[in-house]
Amino acid sequence: MRLALVGVSHRQAPVELRERVAVGPAEAAALAGSLADGCEAVVLSTCNRTELYLATVDVSEPLEERATESLLALAPDDAAALAPLLYRLGDDSAALHLFRVAAGLDSLVPGEGEILGQVRDAFDGGSTGPLLDRLFRQALHAGRRARVETAIGENPSSVPAAAAALAQQVFGDLAGHTVLLIGAGKMSELTARNLRSRGGTIGAVANRTVEHGAELAAQVEARAVSLDEVPALLATSDVVITSTSAPGFVVDLATADAALRSRRGRPILFVDLAVPRDVDPALSTIDGCFVYDIDDLQAVVETSLAGRRAEAVHAEQLVAVEAERFREWQASLAVVPAIAALRARAEEIRAGELAKSEGRLGRLSESERKLVESVTSQIVAKLLHLPTVRMKEAAAGTDGVIYADVVRNLFGLGEEEQSSRDR
Amino acid sequence: MAELLVWPALIGYGEAAFAYAGFLRRPGSSARLGIWGVRIGWLAQTGLLIAQAFDADGFPWGTWAGALNLFVWLVVGAYLIWGCTPRYRLLGLAVMPFAASLLLAAWAGGGTGASSGDTSSVLLALHVGLMLAGFAGLTLAGGLAGLYLWQDRRLKRRDVSVLRLRLPPLETLDRLSARTALISLIVLTTGIAVGVASFDRGDFDLAMATAITIWGLYAVGLLLRREGRIRARRFALLLVAGFALVAVALPLTHFAS
Repeated sequence: MRLALVGVSHRQAPVELRERVAVGPAEAAALAGSLADGCEAVVLSTCNRTELYLATVDVSEPLEERATESLLALAPDDAAALAPLLYRLGDDSAALHLFRVAAGLDSLVPGEGEILGQVRDAFDGGSTGPLLDRLFRQALHAGRRARVETAIGENPSSVPAAAAALAQQVFGDLAGHTVLLIGAGKMSELTARNLRSRGGTIGAVANRTVEHGAELAAQVEARAVSLDEVPALLATSDVVITSTSAPGFVVDLATADAALRSRRGRPILFVDLAVPRDVDPALSTIDGCFVYDIDDLQAVVETSLAGRRAEAVHAEQLVAVEAERFREWQASLAVVPAIAALRARAEEIRAGELAKSEGRLGRLSESERKLVESVTSQIVAKLLHLPTVRMKEAAAGTDGVIYADVVRNLFGLGEEEQSSRDR
Repeated sequence: MAELLVWPALIGYGEAAFAYAGFLRRPGSSARLGIWGVRIGWLAQTGLLIAQAFDADGFPWGTWAGALNLFVWLVVGAYLIWGCTPRYRLLGLAVMPFAASLLLAAWAGGGTGASSGDTSSVLLALHVGLMLAGFAGLTLAGGLAGLYLWQDRRLKRRDVSVLRLRLPPLETLDRLSARTALISLIVLTTGIAVGVASFDRGDFDLAMATAITIWGLYAVGLLLRREGRIRARRFALLLVAGFALVAVALPLTHFAS
């Protein structure tokens, strides 16, 4: 069986070209269906890549050409620009590539979590047969192993995710904890969404212009207030996200001191995303008060990413093991017909010899007859066990085809069909 | 023969201590080894204690070394309740070297061998058992408070590895250490009550006075926390101070009396 992959990804192509060949899940399924004429096909399309996986038993089938034509046909106007940026991989290389993709090793941010779901969706929408079914199942397994057995996907890779993770380091479960947003910028919004997805409640959005804050407040189900209300809100908020364009501190030590002391040591986390800073760093001298500015968060994210990159080395080893297992399985396919023919021949001989002895066996009771059937089947199975194992082992190396030919020759497998065809 | 079980227990605890230290260098890699070390060590020590109980006529852990042996088993047993969950693995870094050292001391003092059982009174045995369980709980509360102070310091200093090497959340540590201290105090109170019922008036010594002082310190601390007068970092400091008192003053006064 042959496997071919043709694709374009963020490693070679800019987003202007990638977006021309990007397809949604329904289109990907339809494209896979149209490609599956005489072969298996899966289309994987994410924001970083569009890849076509094709497989067939017919070695003469020009899989790469078909896949290339189909991919370029998605953007006929940009075909000339796209063509030199396509990568074409076959068999082992294609399998290893998919395993790396599923493990998040080919992503912009190593170990990002979305890709595994996207591979699963592509698999579900694909027109798979024995090869691609096995390939994608094993890729999903490799992706899961990479995330479970290494820490590649554990740490946040963006400032909003880091801010939310920090809040969890202080409060644990964010359910029942109130977040105050000061400023209605894009980063505030992203951080608020991240905190909400982890159970936090956005209590209020404080903004210089209340109307502008109301827009974001409506999106995050909070109330819009003016900046004057901030000191009072500090006493009841657990996480404060600031991102105003104010020239000085919006929350200074004098303003916050009384409010924070009324919390009686209950922790409060300030995440200051603004430049110039909104929160007086002196607040961190108050017991239970933690202040992180944008540089602190960037440093945390950098360390997290460095950790992910370090874990990627371990994930690569794991993926290589999975790719090797797939290669062994694929190689074993070369001897499967010979093994099947050998077993069929042995069974035919066994059944034939039993039939010849029918006259003598006729005197046996039903249970004795079953015993004879069972014993003869076991003898055949035991005799064929070792040759089967050895052939599969040889197939995992490079001698599989030679072994298969030798077995066919020694046992005369397929000769009867050949002679009947000759007659 | 049964006393040989102290060795697998020691090796298990020691291995766990090293594995948790390795966890600091590369999170995730050696934690599983650490947990298995704790489990195997604790099972071996459980076997040792059962064997000692069968061999002895009375209460086999009445000596200081025997009491230390039982104390270590209680501490590690209590640790196992949380220690198996990923977030509390680093508690093992505080608990396991301590447990391994104390077990070694118990072995050196003859507390892991066969004992004739010098405490024949059931009340007295119950008193010793409850006191040890209470102190074991307070040790664990001290460990949790230590973790709290470490996490608080990392967050205050904006340590860049705060998300890479994750400790349990501050609020959880605060809640859990307070709860552990409260349960331990209840056990300790029962132990003291049993002790008062079984001792003669003339038996009152310096070790008992220290135990009652420690009890008072924790009781006042928990009361103040309940009233909201000390929380979070200050309460953690109090628990660590209490643990220092348990670890230093109690053995000193025991030997002095």
